[in-house]
Amino acid sequence: MAFVSEQENRNLQRRHRKSKIFAHVCAAITWASVLLLAVLLYQVCVDGLGWLDWQFLNSFVSRFPERAGIKSALVGTLYLIVLIALFSIPVGISAALYLEEFASKGRLSRLIELNISNLSGVPSIVYGILGLAIFVRFFALERSLISGALTMSLLILPTIIIAGREAIRTVPMSIRYAALSLGATRWQTTWSHVLPAAFPGIMTGVILALSRAIGETAPLIMIGAMSFVAFTPRGLGDSFTALPIQIYNWISRPQLEFHQLAAAGIIVLLLVLLLMNATAIYIRSRTERRLK
Amino acid sequence: MTQLPTLDNPVGKGSNTSIHKAGSRWGEGLIKFWLQVCALLSILTTLAVVVLLLVESFEFFTNVSPVEFFFGTRWVPILQPSSFGVLPLVWGTALVTIGAAVIALPMGLASAIYLSEYASDRQRAWIKPTLELLAGIPTVVYGYFALTFVTPVLKTFIPNIQVFNALSASIVVGIMILPMIATLSDNALRAVPISLRQAAYALGATSYEVTTRVVVPAGLSGVMASYLLAISRAIGETMAVTIAAGQTPNLSLSMLESIQTMTSYIVQVSLGDTPSGSVAYQTLFAVATLLFMITLVINIISQWILTRFREVYD
Repeated sequence: MAFVSEQENRNLQRRHRKSKIFAHVCAAITWASVLLLAVLLYQVCVDGLGWLDWQFLNSFVSRFPERAGIKSALVGTLYLIVLIALFSIPVGISAALYLEEFASKGRLSRLIELNISNLSGVPSIVYGILGLAIFVRFFALERSLISGALTMSLLILPTIIIAGREAIRTVPMSIRYAALSLGATRWQTTWSHVLPAAFPGIMTGVILALSRAIGETAPLIMIGAMSFVAFTPRGLGDSFTALPIQIYNWISRPQLEFHQLAAAGIIVLLLVLLLMNATAIYIRSRTERRLK
Repeated sequence: MTQLPTLDNPVGKGSNTSIHKAGSRWGEGLIKFWLQVCALLSILTTLAVVVLLLVESFEFFTNVSPVEFFFGTRWVPILQPSSFGVLPLVWGTALVTIGAAVIALPMGLASAIYLSEYASDRQRAWIKPTLELLAGIPTVVYGYFALTFVTPVLKTFIPNIQVFNALSASIVVGIMILPMIATLSDNALRAVPISLRQAAYALGATSYEVTTRVVVPAGLSGVMASYLLAISRAIGETMAVTIAAGQTPNLSLSMLESIQTMTSYIVQVSLGDTPSGSVAYQTLFAVATLLFMITLVINIISQWILTRFREVYD
């Protein structure tokens, strides 16, 4: 005698079949998005690799695609990375330290917290307008490297603060107690115990934020980074261009050759991003080993 | 009466020990002040954004009536006769966002379900970083992808599609926000305790039933929050839509035509040389204010959902 009727048995089989199909569909969709990444990279490489050579890296922009290069944009991006790091890392880490180690959990710190998470959701182009009004116009810094770097720093500060706080929060309380019980002041504890322990986490967050900044195009267009710059900036007040701006400029031209130049530029941009992420992983693994 | 020492007050307030004074080194207060200033900088940034946008929009609304701005259906800000109805731009943004959401919301949730419920640890270990890589690609690259790959592919199926169209912009923006939904929802689903799943399996449920009737409802607040964040990101997305969707303010229902979003209008104005102080220049701020308000409201709702509807398990 069967425990389940014919009807129930069919029902059970149907449910299991449905379950299997669902699992396969979910898997297929996930693999499809991974595949998309592969298609995207393949497409860019097919279009751009032919143009990528020393001449491309070491020439300025030109009306003739075969003579055009990316030197001013690459140098501009490298300057930007250094400047943004100089502005945003000290300020971001300081704010994170204040919120985690010094602020009393009152209304003010709740307000700052709420404010930071809202700022991180503001569209980047709004930061561009802010930069245009404050740095370019109000402080009369013109359409310069420093205006761009300051605007981008404001853009990534919330990300750095949020990542920094998460890293600081993972430092065990016992480390703080140990330092304080030996007579260290609050700041001595923070500087020589909490910060080193949280450093790998903070750096990872910082580098991820920086790589977001160098891929951003819209704020730089707003503050007026020019796209036809046939020189490398000499000082902070010089006008400049950056990789994404140059890529956008080439994409918006109708000729096929310029599209291929854009693809070559994208490869350079992605390589810079890859290099930065590799640095983040290297720093993390090195400092983690040292701390153990 | 002396208080017991705490972390904030290591020697106890009111105690007259000399350690208290010795414990505080010169400059300690100065350092704390600097740290506080850095934290307050974020509030200053918000204030600057809000004041700037409001002041400049106010200027704009002294020249153009709000009724015309919010309900007008023609957006011709630079040429004469000018008309400042923002609806075509809002519609362009909505069209791209809806298209992206139709692609990314179900796919993102499916990926999250696969990652948290079905994938082995080894598969997870490299799929998740790959998705994060997809999220880290600059948006200008997605614009390139839309123009040189997606649109030509679409053209083989739909011959009458325009070179610049809302459809390919929607598709790449969808691809762009998908990893965000997948990783955030995956975190939310993984936070659902294993005991709930075990209880459902013990009652004879299949994995499909466990996922759709137990795990996803339990993690729903996190999934919804990730949806809203992704939508707000799609609304604020600039470069991909500027490159792929064109520069034509358009109230049409068709996704095959060129449109203009709020963000790509802002880019268009700042690329041209519109004299500052003119009404056309002020539109920049009016449109940006609208954009800022929309994304702000969505972000606040998503935070509210996260705190209000979170299911807490011990």
